[in-house]
Amino acid sequence: MSDVAIRVENLSKAYQLGDFTTGTLSRDLHRWWMLMRGKEDPFLNIGETNNREVKGDSDIVWSLKDISFDIQQGDAVGIIGKNGAGKSTLLKILSRVTSPTAGNIKVKGRIASLLEVGTGFHPELTGRENIFLNGAILGMRKNEIKQHFDAIVDFAGVERYVDTPVKRYSSGMYVRLAFAVAAYLESEILVVDEVLAVGDAEFQKKCLGKMNEVSTNQGRTVLFVSHNMGAVSTLCNKSIILKHGSLQLMGATSTVIDRYISSNEYNSGQIYADAIELKQKSTYAGFHAIRLISKSRGVTTDFTINEQIVIEVEYDVYNDGHMIQPSVHLLDVLGTCIFATFSAASVSSNFDKYANVPLKKGRYKSTCIIPAHFLNDKNYRISAFLVPDNSMDKMAITESVLSFSIVETGEMRKEYTGEWIGVVRPKLYWDTERLETEV
Amino acid sequence: MEVNSANEHWDLEIRSNDNLFNLHLKDVWHYRDLLWLMVRRDFVSFYKQTVLGPLWFFIQPIFTTIIFTIIFSRVAKIDIDGATPVLFYMAGTVAWNYFSDCLNKTSTVFRDNASIFGKVYFPRLIMPLSIVCSNLVKFGVQFLLFIVLLVYFCFTGQAHPNWYILLFPVIIVLMALLGLGLGLIITAMTTKYRDLAFVVSFGMQLMMYATPIIYPLSTPLKRGHSIIVYNPMSGLIETFRYGFIGTGQFYSFAFFYSVVACFVVLVLGLVVFNKVEKDFVDTV
Repeated sequence: MSDVAIRVENLSKAYQLGDFTTGTLSRDLHRWWMLMRGKEDPFLNIGETNNREVKGDSDIVWSLKDISFDIQQGDAVGIIGKNGAGKSTLLKILSRVTSPTAGNIKVKGRIASLLEVGTGFHPELTGRENIFLNGAILGMRKNEIKQHFDAIVDFAGVERYVDTPVKRYSSGMYVRLAFAVAAYLESEILVVDEVLAVGDAEFQKKCLGKMNEVSTNQGRTVLFVSHNMGAVSTLCNKSIILKHGSLQLMGATSTVIDRYISSNEYNSGQIYADAIELKQKSTYAGFHAIRLISKSRGVTTDFTINEQIVIEVEYDVYNDGHMIQPSVHLLDVLGTCIFATFSAASVSSNFDKYANVPLKKGRYKSTCIIPAHFLNDKNYRISAFLVPDNSMDKMAITESVLSFSIVETGEMRKEYTGEWIGVVRPKLYWDTERLETEV
Repeated sequence: MEVNSANEHWDLEIRSNDNLFNLHLKDVWHYRDLLWLMVRRDFVSFYKQTVLGPLWFFIQPIFTTIIFTIIFSRVAKIDIDGATPVLFYMAGTVAWNYFSDCLNKTSTVFRDNASIFGKVYFPRLIMPLSIVCSNLVKFGVQFLLFIVLLVYFCFTGQAHPNWYILLFPVIIVLMALLGLGLGLIITAMTTKYRDLAFVVSFGMQLMMYATPIIYPLSTPLKRGHSIIVYNPMSGLIETFRYGFIGTGQFYSFAFFYSVVACFVVLVLGLVVFNKVEKDFVDTV
C-alpha cells in the first residue's frame, strides 16, 4: 500500500541495567565478532522482557521487543500502556534520539517530534530569538519560521513580550510560546509525548484543538503518547497498547481504550501499597490497600448493574492525634469527576465512629458503598485520598488507582433495549397522575 | 503488497546497523541555519552576563604573553632565534588558544548537551561545529590585539611579515579541524568511560609544551626530539609565526605532515562521533 506513513519492522531496543563494567566491553567485542563472521547476533537471545514487577536475573532488559506495525498517512495514533511498557522508548527511537538495537523503521515525510516543549530555549534570549532557535532545533529552515512567525506569536499570545528575554516570562507564557513553535512545524508526521501535561486547562484545550486540526484538516500523521485517556480518545482515531515492550493490540481508539481499561493490565480490583502510585505523599497517613468488592463474588472489576460496589480503603495512620478523612472520587473513562465523597458525618448516610475524631496510630479500613442501580453500563475509575486535619496540602493522593466496569444484567432492559446515554443510570422515583379527562 | 513495498520510496530509514561511514552530512547541511543560530546564541549569552563583555577576550592572551616573556625569556633565557619576545609569545599563544579552546569545548559536547540531545534530534555534529565557529569570534578579537602589536613592531623594524602570511586562513581551518577531530574522539570516548575527561586538561598542558610556542621549531630539530616534530600542531604554529613575524622558517615537510594529520584525525573523529551519537543517550 502506498499510503503507509510509518512502517515499523521487528523493532527491538535493549537497555543495560546497572553499571558499565568490563562485562560490557567483552560482550560488545563478542557481539562484533559474531556479526563480522555473519552469524546471528548473540545479543538478541539474552535478556528478558521488560516487566518491572518481576526481579530478573539478567542485566539486559528489552524495553521493546519485536514490534511491527504500519501507520497510515493521516491517522492520529494514540500509544497507551503502563509505565515501563516501552512507550517513551518507541517515541525516542522514532525521534532518532536513540537508535534501535535491532529492526528498523521506515518513514515517509519529515518527522517532527515533541518529547518536551521548549527544548533549547535560552533564558537570556528574547522571545523572537528563541522562536528562531527552537524552530531551527526542531528542523525548520529560517524562512519557514519567518513565514509562520506572526501566527506563532499570535497562537502563544505573547505579542507584547516578543522582544523580552524569556527568563522574564511567566511559566505559562513560556510553555505557550514553546508549544506554538512546535505547532507550526511543517512536517508530515508529528510525534508528541505528554507535553500537554503542562499549561492551564484552557491552553491544553487549545493544544488539543491544534493537534486535532493538524491531523484531521491537514491530513498529517500524529503519534501521541499519553496517560490521559480523554485526550487520546478525542485526538486519536487509532490506538496501540504496549505491554512489557510488546505490541498487545492495535485498532480503533474506542475499542482499544475499552480493552485497556478493563484489562488486568490496568488493574485487578485490588492494589497494595507498593504498587500504588502516589501523586502526593503525606507524612500523616499512607495507603495500605485499595479494593473493589462485590458482596457475592469478592474482589473484582466487573459489577452487575444490580449490585453494590464496595470500595475498601486500608490505610496506616503514622501518628497519634490527627483526624484522617478518607475520600474517594468516581471518574468516567475520560477522567471527568462524577462525584466526590468522604467519610465526614454530614456527608454520609450512616454514622462512622472514626470520622471527625482524632485517630490513634495504627491501620484502619474504611468502607464506602456505591448503591446498586446507580451507575450506567460503562467503565469507571476511582481516585483515593487521605486528608489529614482537613488540610488539602498534607493529603495523600493516588489518581485513577483502580477501574471497574458495570455489566448489564437485563433487569433494567425489559422496556428499552437501545443505547442508554448518561454517565449514571440511577433508579429514581417516578409517579404519574391523570389530571384531566378531556384536552 | 510485499513486492510493492520493496520498491517503495522512504524518506527516512531508522535502522539498527547503520553504515559506519554514513556521516549524514546532508542533514548537517539542511540544519545550517541552526548552526548560525547556535553561534549567535553562544555569543549573545556570553556577553549578556558580563560587565566588560568581549574585553575579557583580551585579558587572557595579554597575561599569558607577559608571564611567558618574564619566565621563559628573562628568567630561563630560552633561545628564540633573536625574535622580539612579546611578539613571539603572543603569536604562539593566540594561535594555540584557538586550537585548545576548540578541543576543550568539543571534548565535553555530549555531556554538556545531554539534556537537549535526549529530547530532540538534529545532527549532533551541529553542536561541535558551532563551538568551533563561536571560538572563531573569540580568536578574531585576540587576533586583532596581535595585529595591533604586529603593526607597531613592523614600524620599529622588529617584525618582518612575508608571503607565507597568505597561508593564515589555511592554518586557522586546519587548527579548527584538528581541534574538532581530537575533541570528537575524546567526547565520544568519555560518554561511556568518564575517566578520560580528567586526562584531557593535563594532556593539553603537555601538548602545549610539545608544541613550538615558547621555543622555535628549530630547537627540537637541532636536538633530534622527534616527538615534537610528529606533533601536528608544530608545523602549523611555526608557519603561522613565520608568516607574520618572520622568525623561524617554513618547514614544508612539517607543514604537509600537519595537513595530512589534521584530515586523518578529523575523519577518525567524525566516524567515532557518528558511531557514538546514535545511542549515547542511553549511556550518559
